[in-house]
Amino acid sequence: MKYFRLVLANLGRHRLRTVLTILSVALALFLFASLRSVTTTLAATAQFGGARRLVTTNATGLVFPLPLAYGNRIKALPGVTGLSWANWFGGKYGDGKRFFANFAVDAESYLKIYPEIVLPADQRDAFLKDRTGALIGKRLLSQFGWKLGQNVTLQGTIFPGDWTFTVDGVYTPTDPAIGDDVLIFHHDYFDERIGRAGIAGWYIVEIDDVSHAPAVAKSIDDLFRNSSSPTKTGTEREFQATFATMWGNVSFLMSTIGLAVVFAILLVTANAMMMSARERTGEIAVLKTIGFSDRLLFALVMVEAGVMALTGAVLGLGGAKLFYPAINFNGLGFLPGFTVAPSTLIIGALVAIGLMLASGLAPALRAARLPIVQALRHVE
Amino acid sequence: MIPIVYNVRSVVRRPVSTALTALGVGLVVAVFIGMLALANGFRAALAKTGSNTNALVLRKGADSELSSGLGRDVASIIAADPHVATGADNRPLVSPEVYVLIPLAKAFDTTQIANVVVRGVSDQAWQVRSNVKITAGQRPTSGRPEVCVGSRLTKRFPHTGVGQTLHFAGRDWTVTCQFSAAGSAFESEIWGENEQFMPVFRGDVFQSITFRLKDPATFDDAQRALQADKRLTVDVHRESEFYAQQSQLLGNILSFLAIMITGIMAVGAVFGAINTMYAAIASRAPEIGVLLTLGFRPWTVLVSFLAESAFIAVIGGVLGGLFSLPLNGIVTSTTNWSSFSEIAFSFRVTPFLLLAGLIFAVVMGVVGGFFPALRAARLQVVQALR
Repeated sequence: MKYFRLVLANLGRHRLRTVLTILSVALALFLFASLRSVTTTLAATAQFGGARRLVTTNATGLVFPLPLAYGNRIKALPGVTGLSWANWFGGKYGDGKRFFANFAVDAESYLKIYPEIVLPADQRDAFLKDRTGALIGKRLLSQFGWKLGQNVTLQGTIFPGDWTFTVDGVYTPTDPAIGDDVLIFHHDYFDERIGRAGIAGWYIVEIDDVSHAPAVAKSIDDLFRNSSSPTKTGTEREFQATFATMWGNVSFLMSTIGLAVVFAILLVTANAMMMSARERTGEIAVLKTIGFSDRLLFALVMVEAGVMALTGAVLGLGGAKLFYPAINFNGLGFLPGFTVAPSTLIIGALVAIGLMLASGLAPALRAARLPIVQALRHVE
Repeated sequence: MIPIVYNVRSVVRRPVSTALTALGVGLVVAVFIGMLALANGFRAALAKTGSNTNALVLRKGADSELSSGLGRDVASIIAADPHVATGADNRPLVSPEVYVLIPLAKAFDTTQIANVVVRGVSDQAWQVRSNVKITAGQRPTSGRPEVCVGSRLTKRFPHTGVGQTLHFAGRDWTVTCQFSAAGSAFESEIWGENEQFMPVFRGDVFQSITFRLKDPATFDDAQRALQADKRLTVDVHRESEFYAQQSQLLGNILSFLAIMITGIMAVGAVFGAINTMYAAIASRAPEIGVLLTLGFRPWTVLVSFLAESAFIAVIGGVLGGLFSLPLNGIVTSTTNWSSFSEIAFSFRVTPFLLLAGLIFAVVMGVVGGFFPALRAARLQVVQALR
């Protein structure tokens, strides 16, 4: 441990250089953590979904509704323990620049089937009693400056007109993938205003046992196979996954770019670290003369590289871990529940260790193998 | 002035360090160009979709074709409007269109589902959309379940070749032709006859009506006249503006990411460049002392070292440009969240982007080289010469 002060003294000699090196390592790893988290968050969204929930949509495509009358027929099937339905509304608020999801749901059954939507009991009751009430995720409060009990007016894009709702409740999702920037309102009110068209965008089906999922899905689809609107039923997880894959190659491109970024910065950093080690040929020779062993010198140079790489890693990875929750980041609503996963931190730490080896090994070996006589010639 | 040869030789003397720094800068520039090429390509595809001479009619308040709905009566009122151009056969150049999305599994990975646009068009559509050209096969025959497939779909989705059969909406559709549309979003669509699609999708309703303007300059008149018409509740958009606007959301996200990511990268690269230059100057202190002794002014030393740093950065910039060139033309695809449809587009590495990348590199070099160069210029001769 007594040598640690020597390492610190060495680092303190070119303070600016040390700080810059540490900062560039920190930036590289911050960026790495951010970009990888985009991918892991998308993947986590695809993992969302109670295994006991199935989603039934129109087989022709997500944009086509299903008859509301399907509900009772699905509910009567064996293995089905709960049912709710929802319809995409697509309303805009204000200038519409800030997108958020809003849909009409069959309120009582929806809240029962999604225990992840948590809100105070009195707000829940108020919402269930108020036909023109709405329930909003807590992020919308700060996003639009709405308050509990306030009236908000959405402009319908698919269903024209001004739709005014009373904010009866604010919920906090226990599963981040459910989204805290969503507005839901009563399907019954929706259906009435569009002239009792009797449509549901999708059904959420709760089943008694996970293992029955394929069988129940098949029996639902079989039931409507020859009707005017055939259905497609899958687990909620599959349903979510289709949204995640819609980013297509773009999410893959992002991760590729992330790797290029990290590689680029690490390259430059390793170079700077090696250059600073090379300057010290003379003093390494002096240290050898006064009795420092080869092994000790090797260790000293490696530790110096390690201190820089690991300090950078702590700053960069720790910074990413703390920064995103602090600004409540959700990628403009596209990345609900954005988190820096532990696996990202571990990989980031491994990258830092790799950097330590890459930048420290060459100068450390050089220091260990340096012939004293030759090196001392450089010392005046 | 200190001859630039001095810097070039110094740089060449330490090839590894120069190469590493230049490579670092090069990668930053490559990512910069690559990401902007992505955003560029996406915007360009949608900008090319709409034509300046066409107008697009949607139901009032609808922000995309998907959310719109217009009856047959609207179609006939618009067809009779005096602002609409007429074709050689004296029929109005109007295409009332059915616009829906269908899920198709991708060819390379059938678990990946994309929402593909299916557009039912009128006979006139092929004239209204002047950028659409049939590249293989024959146009679908009216009254038959036949479709024409955009050229960007054929490689990515199975059963989309001419002569093959696509299955959607519970029916079989023969692919009779393939069309190109100058790289625009139409190339990611499936076209068929509107009357064929109506009964199988949403019934007797169109989603949009596109018509050719008799005179592109009269768009404002046409817009005013149609929006004021008591029989209609519609919004009229210039087709080019409408599609450009559809690229805004994702285009801005991509540009924002490009700037943010490369911005952070650039800071890291600049830090690296500063370190490299400091180390270079520290090891060349005696040389600098000699230069100063010879009578070169401190500011020429400053300029000289700035030039050296910029020179390394330019090598990096050129490398970065070269790295990014192979990206040009690569087709990628994503969902355009404004229309919820999948669109394929290609990276567009433009000369402007290459130049921007080079300038970006030089800026990194100059910023990174400034403080080290300042230190070089301020060296005390006596101390440096030791």
